[in-house]
Amino acid sequence: MYKILTKEPLNPTVTRMWIEAPLVAAKAKPGQFIILRVDADGERIPLTVAGTDPEKGAVCIIFQIVGATTEKLNHKEAGEYLQDFVGPLGVATKVDGLKNVCVVGGGVGCAIALPIAQELHRLGCKVTSIVGFRNKDLVILEDEFKAASDELIVMSDDGSYGRKGVVTVPLKEKLEAGEKFDEVITIGPVIMMKFVVATTKPFGIPCTVSMNPIMIDGTGMCGGCRLTLNVDGKKVTKFACVDGPDFNGYEVDFDEAMERGAMYKSFERHAYDEACNLFKQEVK
Amino acid sequence: MPKFNMNPKKNPMPSQDPQVRAHNFKEVATGYTEEIALDESQRCLHCKNMPCVSGCPVNIHIPDFIQKIKESDFEGAYQIINMTSSLPAVCGRVCPQETQCESKCVRGIKGEPVGIGRLERFVADWHNAHSTAKPEVAPSNGHKVAVVGSGPSGLTCAGDLAKKGYKVTIFEALHLAGGVLVYGIPEFRLPKSIVQKEVDNLTAMGVDVETDVVVGKTLTIDEIMAQGYEAVFVGSGAGLPRFMGIPGESLKGVYSANEYLTRSNLMKAYKDDPVTPIMKGGKVAVVGGGNVAMDAARTALRLGADKVYIVYRRSLEELPARREEVEHAMEEGIEFKLLNNPVEILGYNNPDDKRDPKNGNVIGMKCIQMKLGEPDEKGRRRPIPIEGSEFVLDVDTVVIAIGTSPNPLIKNTTAGLDVNAHGGIIVEEGTGKTTKDGVYAGGDAVTGAATVISAMGAGKVAAKAIDEYLSNK
Ligand SMILES: Cc1cc2nc3c(=O)[nH]c(=O)nc-3n(C[C@H](O)[C@H](O)[C@H](O)COP(=O)(O)OP(=O)(O)OC[C@H]3O[C@@H](n4cnc5c(N)ncnc54)[C@H](O)[C@@H]3O)c2cc1C
Ligand SMILES: Cc1cc2nc3c(=O)[nH]c(=O)nc-3n(C[C@H](O)[C@H](O)[C@H](O)COP(=O)(O)OP(=O)(O)OC[C@H]3O[C@@H](n4cnc5c(N)ncnc54)[C@H](O)[C@@H]3O)c2cc1C
Ligand code: SF4
Ligand code: SF4
Ligand code: FES
Repeated sequence: MYKILTKEPLNPTVTRMWIEAPLVAAKAKPGQFIILRVDADGERIPLTVAGTDPEKGAVCIIFQIVGATTEKLNHKEAGEYLQDFVGPLGVATKVDGLKNVCVVGGGVGCAIALPIAQELHRLGCKVTSIVGFRNKDLVILEDEFKAASDELIVMSDDGSYGRKGVVTVPLKEKLEAGEKFDEVITIGPVIMMKFVVATTKPFGIPCTVSMNPIMIDGTGMCGGCRLTLNVDGKKVTKFACVDGPDFNGYEVDFDEAMERGAMYKSFERHAYDEACNLFKQEVK
Repeated sequence: MPKFNMNPKKNPMPSQDPQVRAHNFKEVATGYTEEIALDESQRCLHCKNMPCVSGCPVNIHIPDFIQKIKESDFEGAYQIINMTSSLPAVCGRVCPQETQCESKCVRGIKGEPVGIGRLERFVADWHNAHSTAKPEVAPSNGHKVAVVGSGPSGLTCAGDLAKKGYKVTIFEALHLAGGVLVYGIPEFRLPKSIVQKEVDNLTAMGVDVETDVVVGKTLTIDEIMAQGYEAVFVGSGAGLPRFMGIPGESLKGVYSANEYLTRSNLMKAYKDDPVTPIMKGGKVAVVGGGNVAMDAARTALRLGADKVYIVYRRSLEELPARREEVEHAMEEGIEFKLLNNPVEILGYNNPDDKRDPKNGNVIGMKCIQMKLGEPDEKGRRRPIPIEGSEFVLDVDTVVIAIGTSPNPLIKNTTAGLDVNAHGGIIVEEGTGKTTKDGVYAGGDAVTGAATVISAMGAGKVAAKAIDEYLSNK
């Protein structure tokens, strides 16, 4: 059992928690993730390590409430326990030798992008962060990003905060203005990453994407997280949990990834409604 | 002169009716009653040279335990089995007896062999139901040993070492101990309560089971040894699924058997209101012919599939699954498409609507018919495609059960641990000693996908070697 040390809402649908998990805290590097189960018989869900405090043996997670399990997780309070918390899984993001990087985050993907920006910043790399949200109410981690970036550009779809528009707009401006990034690292909805890759491609700058397919074990045992890469014209199957979650954006088959991500849509909707009903009954 | 039962047939296994069991997850074979067990035990001739014993990978003293059954001393029978095997309730159920102990039984020459596995299961179940003895906690010898993985090899190694007074900790990646016995083999063939009982026994003996620890990620073998563990046994299995490498394998509705069975067993998608989804209903094709394929096919049926096919590229004789499972699958109505090989999985694609949610769903599997050619080095006849014989099997779920190999995670994070070309950890015969000092290995992690009894045997061998190593240190 893993104790919830603190819990704090970042916006109406995104929550930050620190969990007591000393083994994970001692090991985790930016870009790695954990898998948790809220309670016995619960589903296994992957969440990125959003920060660690090895001295306290604590691991930070930031999650968006999108379905049944994240809803259940959000009903847990500080002092309560999670059933399972295993990690760190996946390969850490490669940050060595980078001097000038653009980090592009979308929505809750920003929570995943932040530790990478922080690590790059700590290593003395120039960090340009472009973060996008649907609207003002959903903006998260702005101060944290500011502290970790040489330049921060906040975008909102409806213009209610920062600049109006999608993240690819300022990215394209920068690239057209001749900014020579060593690499663009992007994390967010698959469709957003697909467009970031398309924006970066004409400039010949490496683009790393962080994929988040549906996972179960996270150890390479089930193959459910597989995605297809096009490597030099050849199709190659990779497992996101052990080979990723970071991949070369120019090689990923995004359309397939989007289709696979929607495999259980109707089931998830049903499970979410069930979980909400359960909590409503409890409240009564 | 003892009286023998000369019936040429073994007592049939009482089982649930096929029509009924195809729709539930309860155990298919319900087990011999005392009466049947006594009758079956009379078929054993107590042969002096005991050919059956040599067919058992752990050499259970078969005629001796059967003798105890004849005497109605079921606990005595259990104690004899327990001398060489630690998981009789499991092995009695899942051993491929027809190629092991029973293949050597003299009664099999003119008729059917003695039902050794069924008797073993009877004895183990009788013991579990009647014995109140608590496992003994051996006085500590002060040595600490770590076991990686909680499948049959790890559980056995841990148990044997605990009996000798070692302080044993099992590190398991998943949230539940038991390995393939809990995530792979379904409830209807091996009830989870049996495995849980074995795990509970170990904890009662003082073994610590640390779930949620992925060795190589959470802790490395070197870090474990730095924590004061003087030896490590690696029983991490062969969990890496193989795919066929044909077009369409990433469509929605294509599963590895590991994912399909894990969703159903470990994540309990077979229950009425599960938290983990799985595609149910429709027409399902399972590719492969081993136990894993049979389990996936029969699970699909129980989840509510309208039609289930086994697609296998050789013929009935070559099917590697346990005979009993093949028979059960046929009785339950699974259709065997033998001498067929998939060449492509076909998906739905609506050219007018890229956002059609049906896009990417499986709508069929193209197969080619095969014929058997000359035998290969292993004596198995090689399947050869028959040109122009392609056809499309109408299915909407495909489960791929063509094999697994050892996961490279531990190898990649442990300097000095050598593996062979297939990824299996290299060990010394008879001890399980690896190329790294103090590290032993056994089970599927060494051999590639094999059997429960051989994994258990390897755990025993390594426990003995570890004991010798640490006693002489
Ligand atoms: C490596 C990795 C790291 C992740 N890190 C984070 C994180 O730091 N913070 C965070 O909020 N989320 C993260 N996710 C996504 C998170 O795992 C899902 O949001 C979660 O599994 C949803 O579970 P649920 O039961 O609440 O919702 P469900 O009912 O299962 O799903 C609800 C919705 O979420 C989508 N979804 C389901 N599973 C995933 C998934 N694995 N990834 C993306 N979308 C999914 C579904 O398509 C559906 O639209 C990560 C995913 C991966 C694979
Ligand atoms: C569906 C199916 C049906 C089968 N049916 C039969 C049958 O009828 N008869 C038969 O004899 N055999 C059968 N087998 C084969 C048999 O189950 C295996 O040979 C046996 O379980 C191997 O045991 P093991 O201890 O080597 O490994 P496993 O049982 O595979 O256990 C390995 C354990 O190690 C854990 N692990 C792996 N990596 C790590 C890590 N890095 N850190 C921590 N833990 C880790 C895994 O999570 C797992 O729990 C079947 C297999 C399957 C999949
Ligand atoms: S363990 Fe398996 S092979 Fe050995 S006697 Fe029992 S059923 Fe036969
Ligand atoms: S070979 Fe058959 S009959 Fe002979 S002792 Fe073994 S089980 Fe009994
Ligand atoms: S989550 Fe199972 S293999 Fe990646």
